[in-house]
Amino acid sequence: MSELLEVNGVSVSFDGFKAINNLSFSIAEGELRAVIGPNGAGKTTFMDIVTGKTRPDEGTVLWGEKGISLLSMSESRIAQAGVGRKFQRPTVFEDQSVEDNLMMALKKDRNPFKVLSFRASRDDRDRVATLAGEIGLATSLHRKSGELSHGQKQWLEIGMLLAQEPRLLLVDEPAAGMTLAEREHTTDLLVEAAKTRAVVVVEHDMEFVRRLNCKVTVLHEGSVLAEGSLDHVTRNEKVIEVYLGR
Amino acid sequence: MRILARFFLATLAICLSLPAHAQNADAPIQQIMQENGALIAESSRRTIGPAIDALAASGLPAAQMLLERWQNKELYLNEETGLFVFGEEVDRDTLRIFAITDGSEIGVVPDDPYDQLRPNSGVRSMIGAALVQFQLNAPDAATRLTALDAIARDAEPSHLTALRAAIDNEPDAGVKAKKERLERLLTIQFAEDDAARIAAIEGFSGDLGVDVRATLNPLVATRLEVSETEPSGADIARTLTPGTDALPRAQAYNLLVEEGLTPPAITASDRRNALIANVENGSVAGIQVADLNTEAARDLAYAELARAGTVEQLATEADVDRALAAHFFFERFIGASPAVAQAAQDALATTEITVGVARFIDLVMDALSLGSIYFLAAIGLAITFGVMRVINMAHGEFIMIGAYTGYVVQLFIPNYTLSIVVALPLAFAVTFAAGVAMERLVIRWLYHRPLETLLATFGISIALQQIAKNIFGTQARPLTAPDWLNGSLVINDIVSISYIRIAILVLALLFLALFLFVMNRTRLGLEVRAVTQNPRMAASMGINPDKINMLTFGLGSGIAGIAGVAIGLYAKVTSEMGQDYIVQSFMTVVVGGVGNIWGTLVGAVLVGSVQKGIEWMTPSNTLAAQTYMILFIILFIQFRPRGIIALKGRAAEA
Amino acid sequence: MTDIAAPSSPRGAFVMRHPSVLIFLACLAIFTVGVTVLSEGFGIGVLSTSFIKTLGKTLCLCLVALAMDLVWGYCGILSLGHMAFFGLGGYAIGMWLMYARTEMIVVESLSNAPLPPTPEEISDGIASQIFGVVGASDFPPIWGFAHSLPLQLAAVVIVPGILALVFGWLAFRSRVTGVYLSILTQAMTLALSLYLFQNDSGLRGNNGLSGLQNLPGLDSVSQDAVSMWFLWGSALALGLGYVFCAWVVSGKFGSVIRAIRDDEARVRFLGYPVEAFKLLVFTLTAIIAAIAGALYYPQAGIINPAEIAPIASIYLAVWVAIGGRGRLYGAVVGAAFVSLLSTWFTGGQAPDIVIGSFRLQWVDWWTVLLGLSFVLVTLFAPKGLGGLVDLITERRSPDRHGADLGPDMGSLQEREAEK
Repeated sequence: MSELLEVNGVSVSFDGFKAINNLSFSIAEGELRAVIGPNGAGKTTFMDIVTGKTRPDEGTVLWGEKGISLLSMSESRIAQAGVGRKFQRPTVFEDQSVEDNLMMALKKDRNPFKVLSFRASRDDRDRVATLAGEIGLATSLHRKSGELSHGQKQWLEIGMLLAQEPRLLLVDEPAAGMTLAEREHTTDLLVEAAKTRAVVVVEHDMEFVRRLNCKVTVLHEGSVLAEGSLDHVTRNEKVIEVYLGR
Repeated sequence: MRILARFFLATLAICLSLPAHAQNADAPIQQIMQENGALIAESSRRTIGPAIDALAASGLPAAQMLLERWQNKELYLNEETGLFVFGEEVDRDTLRIFAITDGSEIGVVPDDPYDQLRPNSGVRSMIGAALVQFQLNAPDAATRLTALDAIARDAEPSHLTALRAAIDNEPDAGVKAKKERLERLLTIQFAEDDAARIAAIEGFSGDLGVDVRATLNPLVATRLEVSETEPSGADIARTLTPGTDALPRAQAYNLLVEEGLTPPAITASDRRNALIANVENGSVAGIQVADLNTEAARDLAYAELARAGTVEQLATEADVDRALAAHFFFERFIGASPAVAQAAQDALATTEITVGVARFIDLVMDALSLGSIYFLAAIGLAITFGVMRVINMAHGEFIMIGAYTGYVVQLFIPNYTLSIVVALPLAFAVTFAAGVAMERLVIRWLYHRPLETLLATFGISIALQQIAKNIFGTQARPLTAPDWLNGSLVINDIVSISYIRIAILVLALLFLALFLFVMNRTRLGLEVRAVTQNPRMAASMGINPDKINMLTFGLGSGIAGIAGVAIGLYAKVTSEMGQDYIVQSFMTVVVGGVGNIWGTLVGAVLVGSVQKGIEWMTPSNTLAAQTYMILFIILFIQFRPRGIIALKGRAAEA
Repeated sequence: MTDIAAPSSPRGAFVMRHPSVLIFLACLAIFTVGVTVLSEGFGIGVLSTSFIKTLGKTLCLCLVALAMDLVWGYCGILSLGHMAFFGLGGYAIGMWLMYARTEMIVVESLSNAPLPPTPEEISDGIASQIFGVVGASDFPPIWGFAHSLPLQLAAVVIVPGILALVFGWLAFRSRVTGVYLSILTQAMTLALSLYLFQNDSGLRGNNGLSGLQNLPGLDSVSQDAVSMWFLWGSALALGLGYVFCAWVVSGKFGSVIRAIRDDEARVRFLGYPVEAFKLLVFTLTAIIAAIAGALYYPQAGIINPAEIAPIASIYLAVWVAIGGRGRLYGAVVGAAFVSLLSTWFTGGQAPDIVIGSFRLQWVDWWTVLLGLSFVLVTLFAPKGLGGLVDLITERRSPDRHGADLGPDMGSLQEREAEK
């Protein structure tokens, strides 16, 4: 199984505080992975580095079969290369309809002139309608996304990520603030997504992680503390000490 | 005893009304006069020397008065007695005469026996030179200094000797130094001996004095000359190549023409006139007039005319080039002998370097004072923008309000010192109130909507400006500084800094200290920082963020008011003055790094230095300087988007 | 905006899919025909020529307001530089107008000379006529194309376009956003106007370019007719500009730039090169502004650097805000309403208000009123006059549950998107 993303010896510090300390991490094509860790473990910073928002002080981040470095690329280039990211708080464009949101995310040429001359074809509309169906928003296509509920916005955002057709999906606490039923739907969406691409889920909620039923990486103070199945890492002494066993 | 005797004599003279006999013919001064009587009466420039020297050398106090009166043509000779008196014409036939010993009045007499002595200008200037000696040795130091100044202003060769004679017995060290300096300057100008002049010149090497440069510059004067052979000789200052900046082509050719070495080159208008003068039947030299609408056609027509001999053959461009190439152009020293001129040139070159250094120091001080003005204008902004993240486009208008407050105070309090003392706190109070009112009424509704704050404060800025215009009119109003702030601290002839600018620098430092004190050492500062970092947390700890925001905004505005008074003191007070500072102030804050007072300080100094530096490179064009400064800042932001002192990490993104 | 709900239909019927565009074009056509009928040049002469010029100028201001709305209302870039581009467009066309007319005068005066003038003599004559006021008699290099109308027309588009491109590239590349960008554009505008104020800028310093209302070679045509030509030209430009802007904001491009306005970082993670989009919008609107300026200044007759001062761009923002940003007709209505009202008040036509012994003259107090009403609009009616339309059509903005998202939050400096 070839590695899709390889993070090697990455460190970054903010005003002397080491948010990420010599972190190494890799994920294979089509893999589902959960990342857990206490607050301040560097989960969000890790995502920032992969998506190009933060530049690390040292280390390498290699992408894809050819091992291209992501560090010299802008956020938008990284996104075009196939890294999708879902933020903790749902960030959809509330002033625009669900259809517009999805249409914008659809994998198409991002060049401004191409966008300017872009007119949606029947295929595009069908694709948007299908995605809306998957995320349960088929009837809300023409509603403004600002009118959606919190959970619906989360799904819309996941739908937008799927529309991007990324090869790697980074998901930050997707289940936060959801009802039980919504969580189950979210789990299904992610597991379904992981069939065709790699997915990294950052989550606090153990139950949610357990439902994902995948390999788990535990971060602590900016580096990997343990890796393995959920049962394996929950038995790890160090993990219990820093995270679970309080 | 002598005074008594004189008094007695004077009394006697009045009593007897016999003026001719009232004079003391034995007085020493009269005796010297008698000894030289013939020379004096017959005064001519060539022969009078010994007489003046005798008087000058006599050391008599009366000699000075006598020389002065003589110079003023007030000296009379009684042909009957051969005695000298001072006289004043009362009317055509009568004179009032005075004793030459002490200037006391003798009486009014008919002028028949008296002959006025009228020294010619040559003699008068010799007398003047002799007088200088007296002034240079006057008991009063102020008189001596005045004499030195008078000599420095209008020096003559004769002063040199007098000055040299007056140096040794000068009691005052300061005056003595001045005398010695002047003596060397005069030596440079008037000494016969080249070696002495060169020595004096070398003594001044690197001196910044304007007087030194004024003395040396005539020595290195040159004249542009031309010759067909390569020039040689010590008095050749330099050779020049035509077509360079030092010797433009046209100037070089004009010189050749003046010297009669070449015929004049033709100008376009000459050629045109010549052609017009030779129009015959609608053509010139066989070329139709209608075809003469290009330069080439006109050249051709003129050449035809010249060949026919109708017009004078004039030099074409090719001729000019050939003539220029065949001659040597050079500058010849004409101000002094070559050795002296060379020495003067070397001394001036050294001075030039020193001047350069001094100018640089002056520039740095200028930049600092401009920086302190920007700092003063920007510090209030740094508080509202940096600490509260509120854009106050009306900040410039608060500066204006402060300045107008100062102006109004001066209308009521005529004493400038007192009025400034009153105006500073009053301006603070007024703008503090205005700032608080603005914060309460407008800005607090717009927190977290920075662009709308920007727009709303624009509206206020426009309104305030127009209100000021309606009240105070469009013309500039004076805000006069007290006398003790006028004038400058003069370090030498180049480096000087006005007291107002020093005061503003001090004020700026004062505010820096005040800001640091308030933010780091007081409860208010603690609460401000808490509210800035996390308003909700601060609120839950019992801090009232509303109050803190209000006070912070008031403080920032109040400082703008004080800055307004300071700026008004040295710049004009108009309704638009705020606009002159607002962009620079924002630039200062942005360049320095938002949210950091040290950044604002560095930013202000940087912006001030850059502006002064560019002004220095493009003198007499402050508009261009401002343009380039803004361009510089736009480029600067490319490299340090968050300013010089940037907050890093999460704090910067909050 | 424009409705994009209609299902896919042929591209040619763009106008049909957007009724608001159709309504606007109809209003503009009725206005133009009405003015023509009432004009001195081609109608019954109810409207004076100077008023026609005011109306024509207002149309140009509406066009630049459209550009401002596109860049600010839709893309969230509060540019304080668009009036500078407007002025540059005016300078570019003014150079040709002034050159060509002076050339005619010079040729006319030289035609009686004994010798036919050479090109050099004509050029020198024009130069001394134009630059005599600033004590120069040579053509600065920037006048190299002034003799050619096509080249100067190209300059109307190219010069502001390149300036916007370079400035925008520098600013967006270093991720300067929000109020920082506004201040930076203001600085650019100030630098430009200060530069033009110099006598050796090559554009006659603070004298500016004048006599632009006289079209070269058309001395026989009265200003009555010329003013109408320009009104028609301005109306046409405004109509085309409106359709163009509506087309730009209607499709996916419009979606993307509004998304950039609302949350720039999120758009970046969608894979869109945000800087390129901003740069395109900034440059495009700068060109629209320049075209508006090129139509405006021949009607105004004179252009000088004071017209480029930052305050002009601030007024532009005021118009758009009062009209209602984020909707194209809002910008047009705002610009027309405020600038015409401004002309009325400052023209001395408005009656004075007498309060006791105090006489309030609108010439003096209008700016105060404008400034304060602007504050009130910002505080209480952020949608501007366009908000009135919403009251009628009962259009509602989405309920955001108190979350602050919108034109302003979007253009904040870089925020942590996930917070």
